Amino acid sequence: MTASGRKIGGTLLKVDNISLSFGGVRALNDVSFDIKAHEIRAIIGPNGAGKSSMLNVINGFYHPQQGTITFKDIARTDIGPYDAASRGIARTFQNIALFRGMSTLDNIMTGRLLKMKRNLFWQALYFGPARREEMEHRAVVERIIDFLEIQSIRKVPVGRLPYGLQKRVELGRALAMEPDLLLLDEPMAGMNVEEKEDMCRFILDVNDEFGTTIALIEHDMGVVMDISDRVVVLDYGRKIADGTPDEVRGNQAVIDAYLGVSH
Amino acid sequence: MGFFFEVLFGGFLAGVLYALVALGFVLIFKASGVFNFAQGAMVLFAALSLVRLMEWMPIPIAMLASVAIMIVFALVVERLVLRPLVNQEGIILFMATIGVSYFIDGFGQTVWGSDVYKLDVGLPNEPVIILESLFEGGILVNQFDLVAAVIAGLLVTVLAIFFQKTRIGRALRAVADDHQAAQSVGIPLRDIWVIVWSTSGIVALVAGIVWGSALGVQFSISLVALKALPVLILGGFTSVPGAIVGGLIIGAGEKLAEVYIGPTFGGGIENWFAYMLALLFLLVRPQGLFGERIIERV
Amino acid sequence: MLYREAGQFKTTYGDDQAVFPIRQDRWGMAIILAIAYVALPWLATDYFITSIMIPFLIYALAAIGLNLLTGYCGQVSLGTGGFMAVGAYAAYNLAIRVPELNLIVIFILAGGAAAMVGVVFGVPSLRIKGFYLAVATLAAQFFLDWAFARIKWFTNYTPSGSVAAPPLDIFGFAINTPDRRYFLILAIVTVMALAAKNLVRGRVGRSWMAIRDMDIAAEIIGIRPLRAKLSAFAVSSFFAGVAGALWAFLHLGAWEPLAFDINRSFLLLFMVIIGGLGSILGCFLGAAFILMVPLALNQIPTALGMPLSTAMISHLEFMIFGAMIVFFLIAEPHGLARLWALAKEKLRLWPFPH
Repeated sequence: MTASGRKIGGTLLKVDNISLSFGGVRALNDVSFDIKAHEIRAIIGPNGAGKSSMLNVINGFYHPQQGTITFKDIARTDIGPYDAASRGIARTFQNIALFRGMSTLDNIMTGRLLKMKRNLFWQALYFGPARREEMEHRAVVERIIDFLEIQSIRKVPVGRLPYGLQKRVELGRALAMEPDLLLLDEPMAGMNVEEKEDMCRFILDVNDEFGTTIALIEHDMGVVMDISDRVVVLDYGRKIADGTPDEVRGNQAVIDAYLGVSH
Repeated sequence: MGFFFEVLFGGFLAGVLYALVALGFVLIFKASGVFNFAQGAMVLFAALSLVRLMEWMPIPIAMLASVAIMIVFALVVERLVLRPLVNQEGIILFMATIGVSYFIDGFGQTVWGSDVYKLDVGLPNEPVIILESLFEGGILVNQFDLVAAVIAGLLVTVLAIFFQKTRIGRALRAVADDHQAAQSVGIPLRDIWVIVWSTSGIVALVAGIVWGSALGVQFSISLVALKALPVLILGGFTSVPGAIVGGLIIGAGEKLAEVYIGPTFGGGIENWFAYMLALLFLLVRPQGLFGERIIERV
Repeated sequence: MLYREAGQFKTTYGDDQAVFPIRQDRWGMAIILAIAYVALPWLATDYFITSIMIPFLIYALAAIGLNLLTGYCGQVSLGTGGFMAVGAYAAYNLAIRVPELNLIVIFILAGGAAAMVGVVFGVPSLRIKGFYLAVATLAAQFFLDWAFARIKWFTNYTPSGSVAAPPLDIFGFAINTPDRRYFLILAIVTVMALAAKNLVRGRVGRSWMAIRDMDIAAEIIGIRPLRAKLSAFAVSSFFAGVAGALWAFLHLGAWEPLAFDINRSFLLLFMVIIGGLGSILGCFLGAAFILMVPLALNQIPTALGMPLSTAMISHLEFMIFGAMIVFFLIAEPHGLARLWALAKEKLRLWPFPH
């Protein structure tokens, strides 16, 4: 099942020959793949395969020793997370990275920070343009809150929310950035079946309604095969397969990696 | 040349005193991850206890009694401060120790009084000239400073053996590494904390004896201890040798700076020089001379 | 039963994000302002105005400054006293060297000077965190203490190192009575407290809180740590600087560098912790608490017929402050402000339990 009515476009992000190591440990070894506009791209692999490292490289948190990343036709080797964010890459984390002391509303509002322009002086006055700007962005955030069905927890500090809802708020914060590319690091980890279904629905809806390109890491193979357009498989920091869910499913290297055949 | 070395030497010896205070910080930080701002107040409290008890009893018994007081203090801190704040962020614990510091400053002076007390435990205090063979006229130092250096050296050696060789020491190092992991292999966290706070209370007593003999036991000891903070930054918060080396560098650095560049600035730069030195150092090497680099993960 | 929000519907996002979304709170605030602006100057003695209200307001202002940095942006500072000193000496030098400047302009520039110094000492915050940074801010405190004591230019070469504010006036209106000083301070504190509230509920405040709660995540949603932290240092020091200038000009009149020593910094930190980290209201509550302890220690035993010695009062003060800090950090890290919010919540539902 893939979402209908959307057109997979040209290449949005291209990863070329990325190698990353920490001290002597190779986390990524000469990995290349691409992500096309509007698709849902899954990155899978056994634990320690380098999936999260790959996301960290894409959004500028880790700096690879080799290779280039081309996003929206601009190639770069080394940027910071801020640049990645301002060019339209948003992400969620494996271990939730919300601002625990702030309410759901404020957390999602932080996603709008890059789009807010009024300076400190105007904000201190909270008057005229600054106030208008705040209201405009509040309206956008309220649409996201409606979309994710979290109206009732608007004012609750996120530290007090259950795990599943926190994941949803984190998705909301990333959506508030109106990203071109959304990176989701295990969005369904630790969820029960019902919560997983909800999350799947949100991911498909985001992709469908806003046309957002999504790259996700997920361990639940059922989910991955269900919702993704293409899958890239990593093992020990190398790419071992790349293709549609059906192609990957039948790939011998992938089966070996998951079943643990000796190398 | 002789003068330079005299200043340098004086600086090193002041540095030994800073190192003694810094050592107490390091012990607690290593074992509990708590940055104990109250270490300076503990030095004052221990010295005050000793000097007032000595009016009532012979010196050795007064010392034992002071050790007992510091152990009781450790028990109280563990029960009333550390236990309720377990698993809180480091910065919250840090602020709590500022509170502890204020409390025992007030408590100590309420119980023991707030005058300047002369402390004499029989440390020698005669000026002597050393290294006459190397320099013309040699270097004038105080016997007292030499004794202080020896005491500090002994203390560090004892602590190093305690940490490296004993069962408790091993448990301490395990706790320092990972609280939960240590607990899961059956190390009693609370006992460890009491032991560590008691140990650093005893270190505070030693520092208090040395400082108090030099300056008299008075409130300002609590403030002088703030000088130990730059020592920690320089040496790294987790390193015993770092505390010693850092102390020597800070002590020597600030004395030399005061004598050689102080006059150009109107003097008194001792008050901040150590901090600025530490600050500059932080920008270059945030983990300190002997600290370990922390890799951040997401 | 009076404290109910039933029937008050918010029809715009603006209403929902107002400082006091509930009508009764707006009335409460109006009453407090009426007391502060009308009743107190009319009824209170000069002693009450000069010894309680003026220091209370200025402490609250400085505490707001520290709270913006520590409570909202998560950067602990032990150098607030130093930044107040910058404001005080900047105001002094402006007032004697450029006498034609308006007093309000002097205060703003004094705050600006403190903001610049604050940014300089905030730079290490980019590399270091937590108590490392706290130690670095101690460096600021000691350095600034020293600078104002030893660099004679700052004190205009007065032999004693002690300086006095020149006669003050605003638009030809002399600020020479307790009531007039009080009004000026009250007006400034009202405006700046509102500005602080506006900052923390808007974009800047959210970027500070994001840095406080999780700096790595903040970076990844596009907050530049450099900008967020330094802006917090700048705004915080601006508040401290204005408070320092007010403290020197309108409270002390004549002062020496010791007026802004490290104890001042600690007291302000205590106000913020006891009042509530991350609360503007808490700054006022904390300032009131810290001011009231010594007064109570002085008055209550005397009233009971067993006055305490000055030394004893100061020792007890230390013990009480220390114990309160530990107590609040354990029991209610969000301080008196949170207790107040809980009380209001109870009142909203009273007499029903839920």
